[in-house]
Order: sequence, then C-alpha cells, then structure tokens
Amino acid sequence: MSEPAKTPAPAGRAATKKELPEHFKGYKHVWVFIEQERGQVHPVSWELLGAGRQLADKLKVDLAAVVIGPEGEATRQAAAEAFCYGADLAYVVADNLLTDYRNESYTKALTDVVNTYKPEILLLGATTLGRDLAGSVATTLLTGLTADCTALDVDSDGSLAATRPTFGGSLMCTIYTLNYRPQMATVRPRVMSMPERVERDPGRIIVHPLGLVEDDIVTKVLSFLPDRESAKSNLAYADVVVAGGLGLGSPENFQLVRQLASLLGAEYGCSRPLVQKGWVTSDRQIGQTGKTIRPKLYIAAGISGAIQHRVGVEGADLIVAINTDKNAPIFDFAHVGIVTDAIRLLPALTEAFRARLSPHSRDRIAS
Amino acid sequence: MHIVVCIKQVPDSAQIRVHPVTNTIMRQGVPTIINPYDLFALEAALELRDKFGGEVTVLTMGPPSAEDSLRKALTFGADRAVLLTDRFFAGADTLATTYALATAVRKIGETYGAPDIIFTGKQTIDGDTAQVGPGIAKRLGLLQLTYVAKIGSLDLAARTIEAERRSEGGVQVLRTRLPCLITMLEATNEIRRGAMIDALRAARAEIVKWSAQDAGVEDIAKCGLRGSPTIVKKVFAPSPRAEKAVLIDFGSRPPAEALIEDIFKRQPKLEAELAALARGF
Repeated sequence: MSEPAKTPAPAGRAATKKELPEHFKGYKHVWVFIEQERGQVHPVSWELLGAGRQLADKLKVDLAAVVIGPEGEATRQAAAEAFCYGADLAYVVADNLLTDYRNESYTKALTDVVNTYKPEILLLGATTLGRDLAGSVATTLLTGLTADCTALDVDSDGSLAATRPTFGGSLMCTIYTLNYRPQMATVRPRVMSMPERVERDPGRIIVHPLGLVEDDIVTKVLSFLPDRESAKSNLAYADVVVAGGLGLGSPENFQLVRQLASLLGAEYGCSRPLVQKGWVTSDRQIGQTGKTIRPKLYIAAGISGAIQHRVGVEGADLIVAINTDKNAPIFDFAHVGIVTDAIRLLPALTEAFRARLSPHSRDRIAS
Repeated sequence: MHIVVCIKQVPDSAQIRVHPVTNTIMRQGVPTIINPYDLFALEAALELRDKFGGEVTVLTMGPPSAEDSLRKALTFGADRAVLLTDRFFAGADTLATTYALATAVRKIGETYGAPDIIFTGKQTIDGDTAQVGPGIAKRLGLLQLTYVAKIGSLDLAARTIEAERRSEGGVQVLRTRLPCLITMLEATNEIRRGAMIDALRAARAEIVKWSAQDAGVEDIAKCGLRGSPTIVKKVFAPSPRAEKAVLIDFGSRPPAEALIEDIFKRQPKLEAELAALARGF
C-alpha cells in the first residue's frame, strides 16, 4: 500500500454515522504547544506550527500557539516568534512558578487553557518534556492521544488522521480520535520539516492565569545540571551524521566513528543494539526508539538497517551505507553503498577526507 | 515498603514479520520477551527493596501467555506477580490501558498493602508511546517522575524521594512525595542474574490471575476497544524506496577515495560546506 492520499476519504467521523457529542461541537481550531525551557524554544515547536498551519488551512480554522513559561522576556519573545512561524493567535500562561518544567504546574496550565478555549486539535513535540506532559493532559481530559506521529492530515469530514509507525516501524497505522476532543498528537523533532520564518508583527495574544501558588506544587526542582558542552548531542539537527552499529565488532572500534565525525564537524550516533550493550549512551541512538535525523549526509557504518533504524534516517538527503553483507537491509534504503568492512574503511575514510578537505590538497587539485 | 512494577510482554520486535498481502503482524512463532525498558524499572525496584526492605509486585495486562514474562520477573527476584487478563481488555489504547492498570494497582494496594512507588519502563518497544506511565500516575492521582536516570535518596519516614530526571540539555534534580510513579531511563542499571533459589521459587510460584471483575473494574465500557478514544482505521506497510543503493565499484582505486568522489558528485555543495566545518588539519 502507498502513503495516504492527499485528502483521505472520510474514514473518520463521517464513517461512524454518529453525531459528535453535543458538548464537543464547540471545539474548534488547531493548537500547537510551544515548548520552552530555560529561555530556549525547542525547534520542534516551529516544525509543528508548520504542520499545524496545513491542518488549519484545510479545516479553514485558526492556528494558535500555546506558550507556557515564566513571566518576562523569554515567554513574550516565544509568543512573538510563533507568529513568524504561522500562528494566527497565541494563548500565554506566564507565571514564575513555570520557570522550570514540572509536570504538575504545566499539566494544570495546559489543561485549563484547553478546557477554557476548546481546541479541536492539540499538537505537542514528542520530547522528554512533551511526552511527560501529553500523557498527563490527555488522561486528565480523558481524550485520545496518538504518540510519535509521522504524518498528520484531515479527512474531508474534518477528522484528524494521525499516522504513526508501530512494532518498531514494521507497520504504519492511521489513527482517529472520533468521539472525544481535543484530538491530541505528538510528533518527534525533525519528522516535520522546518517552515520558513516570515517576519510578522505579533497578532492577538490571550493571557490566561495559572491559578497556583508554590505550596500547591509538591515537586521541587533542587537543581539543574546542564550537560557538558562536549557531551551535548545536537544529533537531531546536525547537517552531517556518522553512526556505527554492531558491525564494528567491539566498543573500542566505536572511536573510529567518533574520529570521522570529529574531522567532519559532524555528530555521531549509533543503532539500538549498541545502546542496549552499553557501548554508547542512549542520547546517541538513532531510530524509532531514538532520535530522528535529517542531515545532508548520513554515513552508516556496520549498521544492518533494521526497520526501526530506517524510520529515524529516511529524511536524510544522502545516506551512505558501509556493510560487509551485501544483502543487509540498509542497502534497500541507502542511496550509496559500499560492501566492505567498516572497521577497515573508517580510518581510511577519515584520512581521505582529511586529505581532500585540507586547503593544501584543494590547491593541488585546482592546479 | 511495597513497590509495584508494571511490565509488558512484547514480541521481540527485531523479528517481526509483516504478511505481504494482508499487512498484518505474523505472530506465529515470534518469540516474546519482557519489554527491555521494563527490566531497568524492575532492577531499580529490586535494588530499593534490597536496601530498604519490603516487597516487589510485578503487574502485567495481557493474554494468558503473558504469564511467561511474569514468571521470568520472579526469577529475577520479584516477590509476587499479578496477571490482569480478560477478553474485555483486548484492543485497549493507552487511555483504556491506564484505566485497567490503575484499577489493578488500587486492588493490589487493598490486597497486599498500599504501594509506595510504582515503576514502569520509559516506553515499550512495540507501542513506543511512553504514555502509559504518565496515564497511570494521573489516574491514581500520583506525582510522576519520568525518564529517571538515578534515584538519589529515599526517606521513608519523611515520605520523600529525590531523583535525577533527564530533560533536554541536562538533568533536573527533583524532590517529590511518596507515593509516586517513576519511569526509568534505559542503561541506568543492569538486570541481575536471578539467584538459584529465585528460579526454583518462580517455577512453583502461583501467579495471581485477575479478570476485570476480580480487579474491581466498575465500568467495563472503559476497558479494551470500547474504552479507547482512539481507533486504528488503517494499517499498511511503509512504502519502500523505489531503488536500492548504488553500490560503489571501486575497482583498483582505494575504496575510501572512490566513496568520497561519489558523495561529492551527488552533493556538489557539500564539499565546500564540509571544508568549512572540517577540523584537524
């Protein structure tokens, strides 16, 4: 079967031949939760505004950003920025109790805004924050939540058709929330493309109170330990990614991946088995249960290409696979392949890239 | 102290096969395992029990065959296993699943003592949603700590727990109150090799089996397919890329150079960008 058609036939509400319960009929418009932590908006929020814009246009409704955070410049700026990425209006809950993400306070803030202004669709990023929050909010609202979607569309009857991989990517399924509102979905970073930013003046902003005092919130943040700069992974947003798999044979050989990545100014990653074996930390895992990447160049060394890995790398512009087994599934979706031992090729590749990219060799080639 | 660990029996997803015509999962002969992420939760629970005393109860919802996974959990040293099994639970989405599991946890509390902590893995490898843990917490009115990398301190007298929670770009050190629900991050510990005595005990142990009614489910309409607000309308195989990888024929050239040549031929702009990015001259 192929990808879902542009406007799927109404498999949603219309097919049930039942009216939406009366109290849900007032639910309208598409919302995107804007995730910010320590003054930084997670780029997945802008990606979701891009996806949400298309849904809102099809439904002929508004696209709203929901910004939750501390009082002050960062939250104000996040709301202003949302308009540049396509929002028609913004709901803002600004309170200094929201300085750090805590499940209790953020669940209250988002649930209250939903119950007050009643969106038909609510999208969140499938990040550690978004997944923590989405499950709590959906359970509080007793509505449907489709996690980690890879495609979002609306039927001709207005139902949200949320498509996601299941069984580690072996199958895709399209899921509907028919009789409950809002229809909630999460999407992982880099699954949707980044919309173009267009400078615009902020539009309508609706401020909603949090209605909590610190004593109402049981969980306290004792401290925040930022990751060391050198250990920080920007895997999902890297232009070039080099990754290794079981074909590397030993944890020591993983340094060959790191060396090539370091030379190219790239991020390094790995397939799931290496995390399970404890060779590499989980924030470096690429695939359905790890990160989704969209680099310009992806080099997969000794990775067989299980479907669960494939799901995370399909957005790459150029996939280069190195594997000894010419029948490895990775050659089914890589653009370029080389059948050889990654342990031998990686050091040679690092040296050849070094020679090719150094200014002297470029002069030599030019002359 | 009483700890409940929710686990799930899943197909070993690396070996999943999809029927080429019907697009359904071919389960026959597919081995099942305890969801690997749940083992980190189980080990964390066992470590706390060993340190503070008390009991660990493992709970799963599934078909009668899920008993295998519970017995496996007993061999690792869990004290008690409860299987929630009923045809009414079939086809549950995350919301209906959390209704059933939360009801069973309440019943476990009434029967064996109120739990202080409920553990789950961060997600399963078949559903991948990571939403069931937070859903159970919300239904039971418990505080939740997700993606926990490390449990710092536990004060049973003061009823407080401190834990390190992974977040974007760093670790949040949080203190909250018991009882709470914790979802454990992977690779935070390693499941123990069960002791011989546990293996012997597990082989003979009685698995507590509860139907929906036994567990105290009051509203069957909130269970399984009927209780699920989400409905799967279409299942299909991911569309394969039309063409396979072009295999580099490097002939007598060094393979590395042949490969780089090919990369830059396909992505001409990349060479200048990489030269700008590249370090270590």
